[in-house]
Amino acid sequence: MINRLNLLVCGGTGCIASESNTMIVKLNDRIKELGMEDEVNVIKTGCFGFCGQGPIIKVQPDNVFYVKVKLSDIDEIIDEHVVKGRVVERLLFEDPKAKNKVKEHKNMDFYKKQYRIALRNCGFINPEDISEYIAVSGYEALAITLQDSSPEEVIEIIKKSKLRGRGGGGFPTGLKWSFTASEVSDEKYIICNADEGDPGAFMDRSILEGDPHSVLEAMVIGGYATGANNGLVYIRAEYPLAIHRLEIAINQAREYGFLGKDIFGSGFDFDIEIRLGAGAFVCGEETALINSMEGLRGEPNKKPPFPSVSGFRGKPTSVNNVETFANIPSIILKGADWFSSIGTENSKGTKVFALAGKINNIGLVEVPMGTTLREIIFDIGGGIINNKEFKAVQTGGPSGGVITKDHLDTPIDYESLKDIGSMMGSGGMIVLDEDDDMVELSKFYLDFTQDESCGKCTPCRIGTKRMFEILDRLTKMEGHPEDLDILEDLAINIKNSSLCGLGQTAPNPVLSTMKYFRAEYDAYAYRSKKVSYSIINDLCIGCTKCARVCPISCITGKVKEIHVIDEEACIACGACYTVCPKDAILKP
Amino acid sequence: MAIKSLDELRKLRSSLQGTIDLREKGESDQGIIEILIGMATCGIAAGARDTFNEFLVVLEEKNLKNVRLVSVGCLGMCSMEPTIQISVPGREPILYGKITKDKVLEVIDKVIINKGYLDENLLITSFDKAGV
Repeated sequence: MINRLNLLVCGGTGCIASESNTMIVKLNDRIKELGMEDEVNVIKTGCFGFCGQGPIIKVQPDNVFYVKVKLSDIDEIIDEHVVKGRVVERLLFEDPKAKNKVKEHKNMDFYKKQYRIALRNCGFINPEDISEYIAVSGYEALAITLQDSSPEEVIEIIKKSKLRGRGGGGFPTGLKWSFTASEVSDEKYIICNADEGDPGAFMDRSILEGDPHSVLEAMVIGGYATGANNGLVYIRAEYPLAIHRLEIAINQAREYGFLGKDIFGSGFDFDIEIRLGAGAFVCGEETALINSMEGLRGEPNKKPPFPSVSGFRGKPTSVNNVETFANIPSIILKGADWFSSIGTENSKGTKVFALAGKINNIGLVEVPMGTTLREIIFDIGGGIINNKEFKAVQTGGPSGGVITKDHLDTPIDYESLKDIGSMMGSGGMIVLDEDDDMVELSKFYLDFTQDESCGKCTPCRIGTKRMFEILDRLTKMEGHPEDLDILEDLAINIKNSSLCGLGQTAPNPVLSTMKYFRAEYDAYAYRSKKVSYSIINDLCIGCTKCARVCPISCITGKVKEIHVIDEEACIACGACYTVCPKDAILKP
Repeated sequence: MAIKSLDELRKLRSSLQGTIDLREKGESDQGIIEILIGMATCGIAAGARDTFNEFLVVLEEKNLKNVRLVSVGCLGMCSMEPTIQISVPGREPILYGKITKDKVLEVIDKVIINKGYLDENLLITSFDKAGV
């Protein structure tokens, strides 16, 4: 006898862990109850391979695919689908590709407010084809430099353009080059720092993947200006595509004579090698980076001597960031005056930001210095997801801090960000909305820094660990009011006594959030923070949506009656808050 | 083939100018249509490689020999990946977003063959793009 319906229930480990076995029992019970055992068959299958959407029930021959089924949904599947033949719409899988509609984005501000210098060729040329780079005036800046300028003149142009290091510190690039140039040595080095390590930052990777030749060209120009004949790119092994494209680019440049001996017939020799890093955050610091390249432990040295005096293999070395290099060919071609006409008084040109977090247009953007945060977040970024309230934006990664809505109209440059307690950093921007917890955010960053601390100096090695422990204690509601004083005291001492930039800036996320969101710290320290959601009785219409969405089923109530959240059991996931059509859920 | 002077480099550049004119201004006298596909890590993670391969297959099937596929770097709009730019001679180049593998056939039919637009995936016309 052929069954009318087959219910295939996933019996993979993932789905069993989410009660699919119990569902099978319940399905069989209900079917027996209805006397339909002869028509409907329940079959336990192997893994559907779609565990992220489990538990899964497939109904054949209707070819209906239910996902994220809960024990409480079984009755509805039986009553609606099995008995009445009506598909339970809300359990259907929605193919994300079916939502590929981007209509509303026509002529959006995303591109309009940008100004692309470092990213000028990203997404426009084929990075694996040198002739496309040549077609956009590639290597012309190098040819002009070698033909018409002395090394001193090149440094003068870069100084006059007022280009500053894009890795975070903002040190004037021309000045850095002049320090290396003034050293007398048989060998000098130019290093490209591509050890991008901030969580949420991907500017350098995108440049290397989209336009590797512009970085190579600038390195040769830098080599000529400083008197170096060797270039090294220090890049983390986690960037395989960038490494691959860089390798192709280096080989092509050699083939065309842009790298190697006697470049453009000028008698100047320069070649570039790639060095892979193991992806340690501290190796973004230049002395640690050089140690790592020499095969030593990735630990910073004290400065002075600066790398421009004694760097790679003890020779004068200039270390510059990927994005800094990417600006240089344009400066040479269009002139220092053109570049210094863009931006603010002390920060010229543009900055690339990786926009991430609770923002509609996640992306890689390049804006002139002096653009306000409001323009970046609301015009280019398209505002906050689901129209929630903007709370803050985190810039500078683990070394930076938060910028609140009071400072949304601050024009962004190196100094202004420092003044409001954050920093430019390499350009990661994580947008936070009203739901984000600032203490949890600090804990995340301190967990990162205490893990990435190289261990050489005590304040950083032990201090960041202790700070993390305090934050951990606070968020578990096991802290004390005096913890906040210890936390602040530690933060200030670590800042003052650490050896390198990692330790000196590691407490910034805590100090900055404590300054602007002290109440959130107090709520944890005094254990007065409410950790459960609750329902505003006057607003609840008893639609049952919250009860159905609650992952731990701690919401009870009948249809059209006021629902109640079991505050003891609530895990404060916020699912009910998001789904409530009447804003009847009160946040903790 | 080593290039030994600025003049030589500039000669080479002007011989390549055609590609750029098409991409920048939609001007071309060769009748070549170009499709740029953002193939940085982010694009690939969003399915750009599948899109690229599907384009190859469909172009082959339909015997469209005047269409050139170019893999490029990040176009910047992570939330709209995979992103592509289509440059048809005589028309303003256009960026489309969320061109997943299953959209490829539609793109080729509507934009390449029938010279229309794919309205629901249209991001921006390239002349509105940021200054460089």
